[in-house]
Amino acid sequence: MDLTLEIWRQENPKAKGKFETYKVQNISPDCSFLEMLDILNESLIDKVQLPINFDHDCREGICGMCSLYINGRPHGPDNEVTTCQLHMRKFKDGDTITIEPWRSKAFPIIKDLMINRNAFDQIIQAGGYISVTTGGVPDANSIPINRNDAELAMDASACIGCGACVSACKNASAMLFVAAKVSQFALLPQGKIEAKDRVKAMVAKMDELGFGNCSNTFACEAECPKKISVSNIARMNREFLCANIS
Amino acid sequence: MTKLNSKIPKGNLADKWTNYKSHQNLVNPPNKPKLDIIVVGTGLAGASAAASLGAMGFKVKIFCISDSPRRAHSIAAQGGINASKNYPNDGDSVYRLFYDTIKGGDYRAREANVYRLAEVSGSIIDQCVAQGVPFARDYSGLLDNRSFGGAQVSRTFYARGQTGQQLLLGAYGALSHQIKLGNVKLYNRSEMLDLVLVEGKARGIISRNVVTGELEKHFGHAVVIATGGYGNVYFLSTNAMNSNSSAAWQIYKKGAFFANPSYVQIHPTCIPVHGDYQSKLTLMSESLRNDGRIWVPKNKEDAEKIRKKQLKANDIKEEERDYFLERRYPAFGNLVPRDVASRAAKERCDAGFGVGNTGLAVYLDFAAAIKRLGKDVIEERYGNLFQMYEKIVDENPYENPMMIYPAVHYTMGGVWVDYELQTTIEGLFCAGEANFSDHGANRLGASALMQGLSDGYFVLPYTIQNYLSKEIKVPRMSTDLPEFNKTLEEVKGRLNKLMSISGNKSVDYFHKKLGHIMWEYVGMGRTKEGLSKAVELIRELKKDYWSDLRVPGDMNGVNTELEKATRVADFIELGELIALDALQRNESCGGHFREEYQTPEGEALRNDNDFMFVGAWEYKGEDQMPELHKEPLNYEAIEVKQRDYK
Ligand SMILES: Cc1cc2nc3c(=O)[nH]c(=O)nc-3n(C[C@H](O)[C@H](O)[C@H](O)COP(=O)(O)OP(=O)(O)OC[C@H]3O[C@@H](n4cnc5c(N)ncnc54)[C@H](O)[C@@H]3O)c2cc1C
Ligand code: FES
Repeated sequence: MDLTLEIWRQENPKAKGKFETYKVQNISPDCSFLEMLDILNESLIDKVQLPINFDHDCREGICGMCSLYINGRPHGPDNEVTTCQLHMRKFKDGDTITIEPWRSKAFPIIKDLMINRNAFDQIIQAGGYISVTTGGVPDANSIPINRNDAELAMDASACIGCGACVSACKNASAMLFVAAKVSQFALLPQGKIEAKDRVKAMVAKMDELGFGNCSNTFACEAECPKKISVSNIARMNREFLCANIS
Repeated sequence: MTKLNSKIPKGNLADKWTNYKSHQNLVNPPNKPKLDIIVVGTGLAGASAAASLGAMGFKVKIFCISDSPRRAHSIAAQGGINASKNYPNDGDSVYRLFYDTIKGGDYRAREANVYRLAEVSGSIIDQCVAQGVPFARDYSGLLDNRSFGGAQVSRTFYARGQTGQQLLLGAYGALSHQIKLGNVKLYNRSEMLDLVLVEGKARGIISRNVVTGELEKHFGHAVVIATGGYGNVYFLSTNAMNSNSSAAWQIYKKGAFFANPSYVQIHPTCIPVHGDYQSKLTLMSESLRNDGRIWVPKNKEDAEKIRKKQLKANDIKEEERDYFLERRYPAFGNLVPRDVASRAAKERCDAGFGVGNTGLAVYLDFAAAIKRLGKDVIEERYGNLFQMYEKIVDENPYENPMMIYPAVHYTMGGVWVDYELQTTIEGLFCAGEANFSDHGANRLGASALMQGLSDGYFVLPYTIQNYLSKEIKVPRMSTDLPEFNKTLEEVKGRLNKLMSISGNKSVDYFHKKLGHIMWEYVGMGRTKEGLSKAVELIRELKKDYWSDLRVPGDMNGVNTELEKATRVADFIELGELIALDALQRNESCGGHFREEYQTPEGEALRNDNDFMFVGAWEYKGEDQMPELHKEPLNYEAIEVKQRDYK
């Protein structure tokens, strides 16, 4: 396949960025999207030009590092995949593809397509855990958990923290990300003890870091590569309400 | 004579760890905050160690390359984690897990370490459940188990096909808690480039902030390396793109011995290579072998027609299929250990029975399981893996058998450590896949997660105190000491040198070349001639690298090519050591298969008289032959036998 790529280039966080046009040729449809960018980068290095910077690591859809906004959609045109799992067979020969970073105040651009998502770590640090320390815990089977709840907790905990939800949201809200963590623990007996403090602290941190409000358009769920359900947001809202009443 | 002291405690095997803990030196609570510990790596080993040490009151600094600790390579582990809980009541015990691990490792691991690992395995599960890790459960609400290769009991705990993710998120939560409390300070997007020694002891590191490009100096009373394995020496592997061996290699050059580098695990069930643009290989979890059956056609003609796309897998009748693992190993069948399964697949493909367009693939078939259990059950068990397969290969594995082939996956070798996980440098510890300790010549499935968390939650927090108790009078050192500045200048010099080669070829060009050499000559089947050739080729490649490499850009700010360049420089040197180690080991054991040494049936033939030792290499200077030290292995609780999975 021969393709034209419109790629966002930005020297550093403060610089003004712009789109640049690149051509790639003879791309195999079995090639992954990031491998296509590897090929482009090799050709840039050949021409003694600077390669395009983008984040990636596992290349199998689990680390949450890759984060490209492709043709107006986070992680591109395929559903339930991350950018690294997207394959060129989803495009047509001759296509023009636009590639941008996630855009949100809370995720400043570092360089080209790389962004800073430390805000997510800070939200977790605010309370996204059960505060046990190592040792002195009960036997694992002394805490039976209803299988259905365990499955729902697992659904929520499948979040990879990529930030596609924020990128998809017109308000750049982090509700789905926060709700997934809050839900996971709200569903488990181990997590109930700190549930109230957790939800309050995480929500406060989210607001402080400049994420927008949720206006229930649910673009987050539609674009989430792991199909994290917006029902988690409803659960979090209930938790939040409860925490603030009592 | 050997310089190695493994510090294995005296006494009965089953009492060693308890005795050790009862008699070791501790640091009392008021002294802990006066001691700094550097932890490099936020995978299972690093995150669990840092969280535990922080909670105990030490001051911890933790480093990772990625933007968040949660993205460490451990996140990708799929299948599960072993523990000898014996919840299914199928006869498991600490001894049995210990025995299986030693046998699975082909009698090349240290008894005392492995016993301790089995002993703490149950506590790991307790800890993770307390953290809220959503392990799979049965309808009674209790924890569920599955089986993995090399075991006849079900002892693998799992969270769908995302066990590593869930365990890492548990550890990351614990780590985040300690960061919030101020006990741990996080340095993300920071890469350790060298170790600082003061009077022979590890006292700090030089790291590079990969966003600003700045080199930083950090002090610690002790340093823990938990930077993962070196599978990416082979270019194509199931490891994450940023997985690398540089921290391990730099400490080797500073005096830490490197043990058993030739023990590299080639995993039998990976998606086959499909093009030269490919950047990594994807694992299909071993758990699939619980329900999938591995086969190739019985007739070469059929295999050939499949390769030419004239026939499909489903056209081959049941009686025309060769379920070669079930045929060769009736007792363990499709659940033989990885090394055995990988070699058996290679043997069939080399003999002309392989499928796929390259002929380098075998089938992993779920038709029987779907018939027996229903599609729903299979989907519930492996849904995300099936989806992953379909996304990559564009074929539906519920309808057609998967195609798989072995790929480099895990490295049993690594930094030599004693029973306390201390390297041959005082004050320098090594945990997780980066060390060599527990898996001998072959690791069993679901045992790496167990080892990483055992090291981090339950071993290091004790053993490091035995060292630190002697350091309580040592005040925090200034990083303006000449030792720090000198090391920083060395690092700068290395980076400058890489930048100034200004040759014509990219880092990836060399990395791929190295990968080809390694896979061809230091892969699944090794020979004396092949290995000697590899050493020669790698030495040439090293020369080319340092004369024809091109790293665009400069040292300031983000420069991913420079990051890759430092790593590949180290991979090349480590590649040579892997080949040298494979060359000296004139036997076959576990993942190390020398074609000259096999039984008439084609099984690995060990030579216990001459090779029952850990081979630990000491660096002797640039382009000098390293020196091999031997740590003898003594088996007291186990009778050493030829591995038999028939
Ligand atoms: C696809 C796949 C599936 C697997 N499935 C299983 C399974 O089901 N069960 C099982 O038991 N095992 C499994 N394994 C193996 C297991 O995942 C790994 O062995 C284990 O997670 C390694 O953990 P670790 O903490 O030692 O290192 P890693 O998780 O590799 O972490 C290394 C850390 O070090 C950091 N780092 C590296 N170099 C530097 C440096 N120079 N400076 C700063 N930071 C650095 C990295 O950023 C990272 O944070 C699997 C492996 C793969 C590849
Ligand atoms: S690179 Fe890990 S999710 Fe894409």
